[in-house]
Amino acid sequence: MSTDTINALVLFANFILVPGITYGSQLALGALGITLVYAVLRFSNFAHGDTMAFGCMFTILTTWWLQSMGVSLGPLPTALLALPVGIAMTAVLVIVFDKLVYKHYREQKSAPVVFVIASVGVMFVTNGLVRFIIGPNDQQFSDGMRFLVRARDFKKATGLDEGLTIKLTQGLTVVIAIVAMLLLFYFLQRTRTGKAMRAYSDNEDLALLSGIDPKKVVITTWLIVAALTTLAGVLYGLDKSFKPFTYFQLLLPMFAAAIVGGVGKPLGAILGGFIVAFSEILLTYAYKKLIGYIAGERPETLVQLLSTDYKFAVSFMILVVVLLWRPTGILRGKTI
Amino acid sequence: MIRVENLVKHFGGVKAVNGVSLTIEEGTITGLIGPNGAGKTTLFNCIAGAFPPTGGDIYLDGERITGLKPHELFSRGLLRTFQIAHEFSTLTVRDNLMMVPGEQPGESLWNACVFPTRAHTREKEISDRVDDIVDFLNIKHVEHELAGNLSGGQKKLLELGRTMMVDAKIVFLDEVGAGVNRTLLNTIGDAIVRLNQERGYTFCMIEHDMAFISRLCDPVIVMAEGEVLATGTAEEVQQDEGVIEAYLGGGRKVAKNTDAAS
Repeated sequence: MSTDTINALVLFANFILVPGITYGSQLALGALGITLVYAVLRFSNFAHGDTMAFGCMFTILTTWWLQSMGVSLGPLPTALLALPVGIAMTAVLVIVFDKLVYKHYREQKSAPVVFVIASVGVMFVTNGLVRFIIGPNDQQFSDGMRFLVRARDFKKATGLDEGLTIKLTQGLTVVIAIVAMLLLFYFLQRTRTGKAMRAYSDNEDLALLSGIDPKKVVITTWLIVAALTTLAGVLYGLDKSFKPFTYFQLLLPMFAAAIVGGVGKPLGAILGGFIVAFSEILLTYAYKKLIGYIAGERPETLVQLLSTDYKFAVSFMILVVVLLWRPTGILRGKTI
Repeated sequence: MIRVENLVKHFGGVKAVNGVSLTIEEGTITGLIGPNGAGKTTLFNCIAGAFPPTGGDIYLDGERITGLKPHELFSRGLLRTFQIAHEFSTLTVRDNLMMVPGEQPGESLWNACVFPTRAHTREKEISDRVDDIVDFLNIKHVEHELAGNLSGGQKKLLELGRTMMVDAKIVFLDEVGAGVNRTLLNTIGDAIVRLNQERGYTFCMIEHDMAFISRLCDPVIVMAEGEVLATGTAEEVQQDEGVIEAYLGGGRKVAKNTDAAS
């Protein structure tokens, strides 16, 4: 293989593969939460992005407190230690909102659209809470070791022109996401509670006529959703930075991911997360250098299909295309 | 065991059940028959808590159960099956049955994580029971199939199997024999009789097949147009003038009208 080909591969890995896998894992975790709420509680939860921000905010606050006490995890980010607090606070938040808002509509057997509108209200309240507590600004809370692989070291070791950078947070994101997904699937497939959740999602009337306690199913679902959203939020924040508005914007790619894969199907949410992440990156990447390595001659333009400003438009396009051509999504979930 | 007093259920202007009073004695297999639209399923739905009645009262062993939710009735030992079989289509037959007993320790996350053995022991007991039931109902060969892939008749057996997973007091069967072939119908009939005799289940069943009814049910209650028309043994009700009128009445009226016209 010629050096140019290898350089092209490294370039591809550095700017597309690594960021795509990282961003895909974050979206997948977020979309899993959306899909679980949809499957078990039967509504599209618009408050999901802001719930993510809420969980991340509490993790940040706890991280700062730990840092001020001089506690750290060495090379790992301190936020990992603060994560359980963030998850617990988010669990309290979603369960309080369930008791205050959704429970009422569940008892009334309201139409799904009523739940959706109620969740928009919950979204505004959560958003306000987050801005009130931590403010609307950007927050950095990543500490510990920065890189797993450094571009400079990589170039020196391989003698290539192109460097490969893998941030520690990127590695962590992928590892944590994989562990969380495995645990979730084990839970849904093997445990009594997981099966009860699937049964409740499958046929609510029948579930009510057997020994399944709907209250427990609802609470368990919210607990899992709280854990997944907080994880997604913290991993995204560690990788990039925390800003409440960004989390609200993440709602669109996360919904696109859940719907592309087949809403209500956990596997679909993961698949969708990666599809949306790679579409965004592939469509907004400037291919000038990559083509240069492959064709031997660099084109004069950037060869960028879309400006990165249009990043969110990609999710929107995916959403429109899927809803037109295959509204049930790739894995044939429930139609919305 | 079950006492229904003056039960009324209206849907808008339709009086589906219009003042029904009846009792179901403990240990019986009571049949509930009547022409289509007589209000049998609506009566079941009211008793089993699918929706509250417009008026009247229902008592289980002297305790008023009117308007209780299905899962509250389930925990009191009142079970039902559906006219169109319900199942958890994405779970296996085995898991469908495993789902039925309530109060399993494995249900709480805390127990599942902290006391896995406790959850496991209980699950083993339930699993043994499932083994018995799939043998009893002849569905062992499909126990690992997804319930959604079963045939209509097998789904009916699964419905019956669900009622066997717990110690029920009374089971309401809504056309458990509909769309089922003779051999399977006999299996279902045998299962019902055995449950009735060996486990002391009380049954109340809606059915259209008169031979099936005559074989199993005593007494038989006949409903028509939201009211109870007659009660008695299968033979008695078949000879009852009012019942014959209800089943064939429409036809006769048409015949008379034709006479008048000619």
